Amino acid sequence: MESLKALDKGLVERMHEGMLRIRLFEETQSRLFKAGEQEGFTHLYLGEEAIAVGACLALNPDDFITSTHRGHGHMIAKGGDFKKMFAELYGRTPGACLGRSGSLHIADRGIGMLGANGLVGDGNPIAVGAGYSIRLRGTKQVVASFFGDGASNQGTFHESLNMAASFDLPVVFVLENNGMSCGTITASVCKVLQNLGDRAVAYGIPGENIDGMDVVEVYRTVGKAVERARAGKGPTLVNCQTFRHHGHFEGDIDVRTPQQIKEAQSHDAVADFEKRMLRDGLATEKSIRERRERIQALVDEAVDFARGAPKAPAADAMKFVYAE
Amino acid sequence: MGALRQALIEEMDRDPAVVLLGQDIEVFGGAYRVTEGLAARYGSRRVRDTPISEAAMIGAAVGAAMTGLRPVVEIQFNDFIACGMDQLCNQAAKIRFMMGGQVAVPMVLRAPCGATGRAAQHSQSLEAWFMHTPGLKVLMPSSPYDAKGLLKSAIRDDNPVVVLEHKMLYGGASPGGKAKTAVDSLGAAYRPAPDEDYLVPLGRAEIKRPGRDLTVVATGLMVHKALAAAAELEKEGISLEVLDPRTLAPLDREAILDSVARTGRAVIASEDVITCGFGSEVAALLADRGLFHLLAPVRRVCVPDTPIPFAPALEQEVIPQVQDILRAVREVLEASA
Repeated sequence: MESLKALDKGLVERMHEGMLRIRLFEETQSRLFKAGEQEGFTHLYLGEEAIAVGACLALNPDDFITSTHRGHGHMIAKGGDFKKMFAELYGRTPGACLGRSGSLHIADRGIGMLGANGLVGDGNPIAVGAGYSIRLRGTKQVVASFFGDGASNQGTFHESLNMAASFDLPVVFVLENNGMSCGTITASVCKVLQNLGDRAVAYGIPGENIDGMDVVEVYRTVGKAVERARAGKGPTLVNCQTFRHHGHFEGDIDVRTPQQIKEAQSHDAVADFEKRMLRDGLATEKSIRERRERIQALVDEAVDFARGAPKAPAADAMKFVYAE
Repeated sequence: MGALRQALIEEMDRDPAVVLLGQDIEVFGGAYRVTEGLAARYGSRRVRDTPISEAAMIGAAVGAAMTGLRPVVEIQFNDFIACGMDQLCNQAAKIRFMMGGQVAVPMVLRAPCGATGRAAQHSQSLEAWFMHTPGLKVLMPSSPYDAKGLLKSAIRDDNPVVVLEHKMLYGGASPGGKAKTAVDSLGAAYRPAPDEDYLVPLGRAEIKRPGRDLTVVATGLMVHKALAAAAELEKEGISLEVLDPRTLAPLDREAILDSVARTGRAVIASEDVITCGFGSEVAALLADRGLFHLLAPVRRVCVPDTPIPFAPALEQEVIPQVQDILRAVREVLEASA
């Protein structure tokens, strides 16, 4: 793999920091959920960290994203607050959505999130509208819409890419291709699964097919697409090949064989990046350990905060149905 | 349609965040000509043709509304909202709730409803679908006056609002459409819209005709059919009150209960299908909170559980007519204790 020495050292550290934040948050969440500390269900981003981190590092703080049911990673990468997040997962009042969303729809408008969708593929039209709004309001913002290979078979994929392309809107469609459509292997329901970025040809926009396990490649490719969008040249489709470490949601059965999972995990975004950092002299075993310990302490502190936070009161159940 | 166009013009002049999106609205001027001339006036950035992609249109309006615009989407026929129903019901209606009030979705969805000889997929009245989705407001004007005032209120409202416009009340045939509008035969209740800036508040019913003996709760075109029935019955000394909710969600329940408390009898006239329809909701309201006002059972006059057929005689068979309201009123009066 290419050397990291050509990159700004601060950027390399932010990449590592971002991926570790997601990794440790999600590993902890997996443990807590399995221990029965939370209600509902939770879809983990483990394994896909390089995509959210690479893409969000290419965005400005005031840029928008749309997220998915597997959205913790997007939120953390965009600058999400651990305490607000764990409080949400526990259904507590200080949660990002006041305990109304839980894991599925966790989102913070303050960091530019336009929702996290439980409907597969529904974020794309919203991203198109945000792009249209950016154009009309004359700001130089960009929208990154995260969605998966499953969502690429929804009608909204086609409608959104066509509309964004024909209006030249500042949207980057970030396709997280983990090869799974919920519990079904996507290849069994999709004739052409490799190189989904090639579908861009149908809309007259650039399409890229990249290794979504390489945060540097994601950062560079999405960065180029963001630059293009900001310059008013329209959308790009970026297909990122990746692998979901866990099942569709925690506790779900997984139709992939243990052997397949093990093989795929031998190419891990976080571990590979740490090897490169060590190889290129940008980190030591000690500095990596210290970073992990520091982030884990933040995660643990946020969990304690959430456990002790007041539960969302039943009296508020019907708040926010309508704006006053 | 002039009243609706005037409402759009006044609100677009007033607020640069108001934009129009929809199929055929820009160059063509709208299936029912409501947006004619607006692209020339405001430019194609604010009055924008879209592809035939209802999900993307409605979803884009949600995204635009969450980021500072006030989009007004026109869907050619309310039947086509089905293609974008997920975006309307799972996104527009819920996203504010799901995010704990972090965002508002100030958008309007306008669509024609009602039967005018266009068969099963261009003739429905789907208000009950939208009433069944908390988070949406649903409007159904019966006059130019209400149409303008309600649409202006809808555009200024911070919630997603569905405005259902009965095709027979537009005041002109659609291009290529042979179906005559009912406008010529409508009376004073088809109140014109004045040029001045005024609002009709959302959630407020209006009594279109006061009466003593029975309340007809009627929506859209049925308001006028109910008024025709009232004029007929007046000759027999029977006095109907015609109440037009105007806003179906949130429904002005108090106005309905007040009226029925005075008259003691109710008929509900609407153009949606009967099962789980608008009339079901009003009948349930009267059973829950108005039972002791009632001197007789409540009757619903609406479409039976069937799609709308094309041939005029067949369409007329399933769409409630003045005669159907008259029959229901007489039955209720006869059944009175």
